[in-house]
Amino acid sequence: MAGILVFVEQRNGVVRQASLQAVSEAHRQAGGDVAAVLVGSGIGDAAAGLGAFGAAKVFLADDPNLALYSSEGYGEAVAKAVESAAPDAVFFAGTAMGRDLAPRVAAKLGVGALADVVGLEKDGDQFVARRPVYSGKAFATVDSAGSKPQVISLRPNVFAVEETGGSADVVALDGLSLAIRAVVKELVDTGGGEIDVAEADIIVSGGRGLKGPENFALIRSLAEALGGAVGASRAAVDAGWIPHKHQVGQTGKVVSPSLYIAAGISGAIQHLAGMSSSKIIVAINKDPDAPIFKIADYGIVGDLFDVIPPMVEEVKKLAG
Amino acid sequence: MNCIVCVTSVPDTASVIKIGPDGKNIDETGIKWIVSPYDEYALEEALQLTEAQGGEVTAVTYGPTRSEAALRDCLARGAHKAVHVIGGESTLGDSLTIAKVLAKALEGREYDLVLCGYMGVGTDCGQVGQMLAELLGIPHVANVTTLEVADGSLTAGRDVEGGQEQVGCPLPALITCQKGLNEPRYAALKGIMAAKRKPVDKIEVANLGIDEAGDSTYNVRSLELPPPKSDGTIIQGEDDPAGAAAQLVNLLRSEAKAI
Repeated sequence: MAGILVFVEQRNGVVRQASLQAVSEAHRQAGGDVAAVLVGSGIGDAAAGLGAFGAAKVFLADDPNLALYSSEGYGEAVAKAVESAAPDAVFFAGTAMGRDLAPRVAAKLGVGALADVVGLEKDGDQFVARRPVYSGKAFATVDSAGSKPQVISLRPNVFAVEETGGSADVVALDGLSLAIRAVVKELVDTGGGEIDVAEADIIVSGGRGLKGPENFALIRSLAEALGGAVGASRAAVDAGWIPHKHQVGQTGKVVSPSLYIAAGISGAIQHLAGMSSSKIIVAINKDPDAPIFKIADYGIVGDLFDVIPPMVEEVKKLAG
Repeated sequence: MNCIVCVTSVPDTASVIKIGPDGKNIDETGIKWIVSPYDEYALEEALQLTEAQGGEVTAVTYGPTRSEAALRDCLARGAHKAVHVIGGESTLGDSLTIAKVLAKALEGREYDLVLCGYMGVGTDCGQVGQMLAELLGIPHVANVTTLEVADGSLTAGRDVEGGQEQVGCPLPALITCQKGLNEPRYAALKGIMAAKRKPVDKIEVANLGIDEAGDSTYNVRSLELPPPKSDGTIIQGEDDPAGAAAQLVNLLRSEAKAI
């Protein structure tokens, strides 16, 4: 194979973890033949650092007009890097930006794209990818039917980051026209320092069993003690107890953290679909017949209001 | 303000998924087909925009004969026109081919805004809208949860990790719609009756000059159910919740090594 180009996402000059995962996976698949493309403004320092994760070459599009994301500007830069590197595959981290940009770039190149990939294998001169469908109720093994280069977005937190200790040649991408119509005017921080469920390694989710919005404080206290994110079932979101960005499930976010704790969530099929690929699942529910127990690795049959406060204390003891 | 809404029919989200006899597709026996939930936000937004600013809503779908039900649903909720590109049974999940078909179907139609759901529930690709915008040569904003349209341009909010991007662009443009954008209406009986009389413009995909099989960019080799989970360790915690909590945290630490 002729190598892999990885689009690397940065925010304020800091490369995102999901992109390092993508570079590492590219290195595992293609050995030395990995290039990266980094786009932004005033980000030269970040470019050289990618060598340590296996990128032999970094295409750098550094321009004040690229300070904030635009699918057209970033897409032009990536397409230009594809032209130079002529890779067999282009990897994106499946972040909000990656999932937005990958299909736009693919259409620009006139090729297909494989989204939300959780496993990759080589078969001759193309990649065969495994991806969840029906929100994880099934898994499809797919290829691109010969469409090349293969554009592939990788689900975050699935592929491991590996430091290889190499160094990268940085090549400037010049002569971009940057005809940008859709412009990010502003990036408003709505997280308040909270970890986003899509990026979290540990998630504590609450559902209808919480009985009211104020009791999400209980979920939050356990999430904080574990260093995790706060998730929610659709019932809790639809009741207006917590914003939609916390929703896990078929019409929310599909997640696969190493630890998922569901408290007061009975486990509707749409919710199970969104979290069943988590490595360890814990259920806390009063109803011993709740469907969530069927997929739980560990569970407590009991009232979450009695169980969670002592759990928080126990976790704090471990940390202390 | 003319809007085009692209919709697709998908298995009801409450469906139990079984693998079909070919090992590549789902078993469609007993599946209830619905308009993909995110497409409902797209339709609702288009209806609200045209109600406020005038103009027409055209619903477009690409799918087999049964997909006409999705268009009837859109017409019942208030869409003015409908276009059905008949085909698509072999292109499920092939975002590029779907986008090409839709781009062809939109040729010669006037629009200010194209609206799609942010993903088709089931294939879960979330790519058709962005690809369609590129093929149409218009800007797009994906994953939109807030929208304002005025004076030939739009401002849209989209959720990203830990924040919200405010994106502005001139019309014509394309947006893909996420939950939170609006509350989709239900079809009233009057609308359902009126929808039966509204015409649906039917086009065979072959007549658009697209070779579904030959142009394929997505090949499903196999489809499997996730491996079954073995029974978990369930602690009875009604009588001694604090003891159960301590036992659970200990197991997560020492056995599962998850914390």
